[in-house]
Amino acid sequence: MLRIGQAIRDEIVAHARRDHPDEACGIVAGPVGSDQPMRLVAMTNAERSPTFFRFDSSEQLTVWRELDDLDEEPIVIYHSHTATEAYPSRSDISLAAEPGAHYVLVSTATSGRDDDSVEFRSYRIVDGDVTEEEVEVITHGS
Amino acid sequence: MAVEVRIPTILRTYTGGAKAVGGSGSTLSEVIDSVESGHPGLKERLIEGADLRRFINVYVNDEDVRFLGGLGAPVSDGDVVVVLPAVAGG
Repeated sequence: MLRIGQAIRDEIVAHARRDHPDEACGIVAGPVGSDQPMRLVAMTNAERSPTFFRFDSSEQLTVWRELDDLDEEPIVIYHSHTATEAYPSRSDISLAAEPGAHYVLVSTATSGRDDDSVEFRSYRIVDGDVTEEEVEVITHGS
Repeated sequence: MAVEVRIPTILRTYTGGAKAVGGSGSTLSEVIDSVESGHPGLKERLIEGADLRRFINVYVNDEDVRFLGGLGAPVSDGDVVVVLPAVAGG
């Protein structure tokens, strides 16, 4: 199960809307081993594409080094789908390299940039196996 | 020439859990070969055919080697090579 604060969830959704129709991507960092997503880092989609994303490689190195320095890890790795449902694509599955992370998929296929409801779902992806998990949004005290 | 090669979590099965291993060579290609000799299997995860795998990022002293000549990127004593799987998908 993914437990995530309302404010962070809303930031992810806002990022996905802002970049629509291109895919948006980023991470939510948290202390190593905590399973608590605390700090959102919106990443640049170097592909600037409606069908593909890739973290900018220099930015990724900078952010990963910062995680190391702060004893953090990517608790959530998120990206948006802008024309299809919030389910991992074949390339999402084959390229998933963080078996400990929650892979969050957001779909802006029906909302676009508007303030409409956005699909927000979370998965574990381990060795090519996808398991959807429940998302609990923490609305206060977080 | 001695260089440090930093290994991402997902590839540490090849290094007995070590975060970094030593390598040597004057190009990235030679460094990878030197690391492979002590940690067989690692090279296959980094290289496909004659090139770096598309979704593996390799940096020499913080510079993406795609801008330094790829596998031919020059490496000097004391350099740090970082390997990071790209975060990508569709």
